Amino acid sequence: MNQCDYKISIAGENSIIIYFGDRACDKNAALIADTVNKLKISIGRFIIDYIPSYASLLVIYDPISTDHDLIKMEIEKSLKNLVFTEPISDGILVELPVYYSSESGPDLHNLSKTVGLSTREIIELHQSIDYRVYAMGFAPGFAYLGEVDRRIAAPRQDTPRLKVPAGSVAIADRQTAVYPCQSPGGWNLIGLCPKTMFDAAKTPPTPIQVGDRVRFRQVTRREYIALGGEI
Amino acid sequence: MKSGFKVIKAGILSLLQDGGRFGYSHLGLCSGGPMDKEAFRWSNRLCSNPENSGVIEVSVGGLVMEAQCSCCIALTGADIPMHINRNWAAPWQTHLIESGDRVELGYARSGMRGYLAVSGGFRCEKIFGSMSTVPRDKLGGSRQDGSAIQVGEVLSCPTLQTLPQRYKLSEEVRPVRPQGNAKLRVVLGYQHETFDLDKKQLFFASEYTLTKDSDRTGCRLKGPAIMSNVGGIFSEGICHGAIQFPPDGQPIVLMCDRPTIGGYPKLGSVFSRDMDKLGQLAHGGKVTFDTIDIETARLALLSHEEEFLAIKPEPAEL
Repeated sequence: MNQCDYKISIAGENSIIIYFGDRACDKNAALIADTVNKLKISIGRFIIDYIPSYASLLVIYDPISTDHDLIKMEIEKSLKNLVFTEPISDGILVELPVYYSSESGPDLHNLSKTVGLSTREIIELHQSIDYRVYAMGFAPGFAYLGEVDRRIAAPRQDTPRLKVPAGSVAIADRQTAVYPCQSPGGWNLIGLCPKTMFDAAKTPPTPIQVGDRVRFRQVTRREYIALGGEI
Repeated sequence: MKSGFKVIKAGILSLLQDGGRFGYSHLGLCSGGPMDKEAFRWSNRLCSNPENSGVIEVSVGGLVMEAQCSCCIALTGADIPMHINRNWAAPWQTHLIESGDRVELGYARSGMRGYLAVSGGFRCEKIFGSMSTVPRDKLGGSRQDGSAIQVGEVLSCPTLQTLPQRYKLSEEVRPVRPQGNAKLRVVLGYQHETFDLDKKQLFFASEYTLTKDSDRTGCRLKGPAIMSNVGGIFSEGICHGAIQFPPDGQPIVLMCDRPTIGGYPKLGSVFSRDMDKLGQLAHGGKVTFDTIDIETARLALLSHEEEFLAIKPEPAEL
């Protein structure tokens, strides 16, 4: 059992950021999730938005009805007795099907050359870990998952693509993600996932939430199309 | 026929905006909303609308519409000439509109964004609690898909039931917007300790130029490069007004349509009252920075709010 170390900083006139150390790990993910829940109860009425990320939590509040000192005090109070034992919530485990191939993942071949592993080995290593959803941002429903095996970590493309297809499964450094919609992007594309990652008509609009876990499962081209995927 | 305005010319970039989309940042949805909040609020007040009603944010100008119902309109923000049936119509004033009237906006002589409000507010189906149009999120607007106002569409608004009060806001009490240069106050925060003192001094002593790559996502500035002692950070939440420094050292101020998280070091955030000024600065405009501590910023915000509510617009003659 260890005491939670954190640092609170000003972000702006209406926002505070809490840093939970300098690592992306299950412990920090759980602490951040617990903190959000606590703050919703204690100062939820002043809060406009929360943005959890790898090792931090941004809290945006209404500066007319409250002020920095009060929010900071309430955060300190909430965190004071936050002693990390084990994750209170481990999130749900969501399985995402992926059609890995050069056709669906145009960077798979280059990645293989970069990291010195066969495409088969890359595909196996990518499926070997239950990833944590650390953050959502960049675009609606874009979930930052971590961390991939060091052996398949690779830097972003020098020149980002103007159009990355929706559903693209990609790696950047030790992060992996599924592009929820077509957008520009510089990550290394290794496959396609047929699952809709952001649907405004659904509640919740995303199949995964920050704090959940994701496991990728390889499917064939035929299965990918049967699941609604498009090439 | 649907009650509203038929769009004859869409203009450079005309977007439906209400107060913004809040409560969904954790899913990656940015707030959107008006780039000049005070001008936005005045446009609604002049039409006796509730706060945060839907208006059109007209970038630069060029919007032409034909009324299909009787209503009131008011234009605030950038200095954009407006004509109703070819007669000049004063900005910052309520105007009565009859079905068939043609409302024509010219191009901004100063400022960047005008706010055109209508009595009862423009209406469309909201998405995630807001009609704010965010092209980068593909959310909001009349089609809920983040697309701008288009030629031929009819923007819905209620038909006037009773003759409302009409107002005008005299020039002395209108918000002052920069003509070519803006001084922005900064609340230091985030990674400001990772910038050496001489770098900070250089930043606050220098003049930056607003580049043409600036938009509702971010204002990209050009001037002396300021580097943090850390190259990148773990991606973290970005608030409205945050000033980030990519590796080239050229500051970017994050605006209404900013990405919700990012990994560049930040010095702090521009005070919200000054974000309105930045939202009206044209490309090529000059920007300088000054610091403001968080207590002073809040007091300035509260006293401004009090003043804003205390100003009573005068009745406009017929």
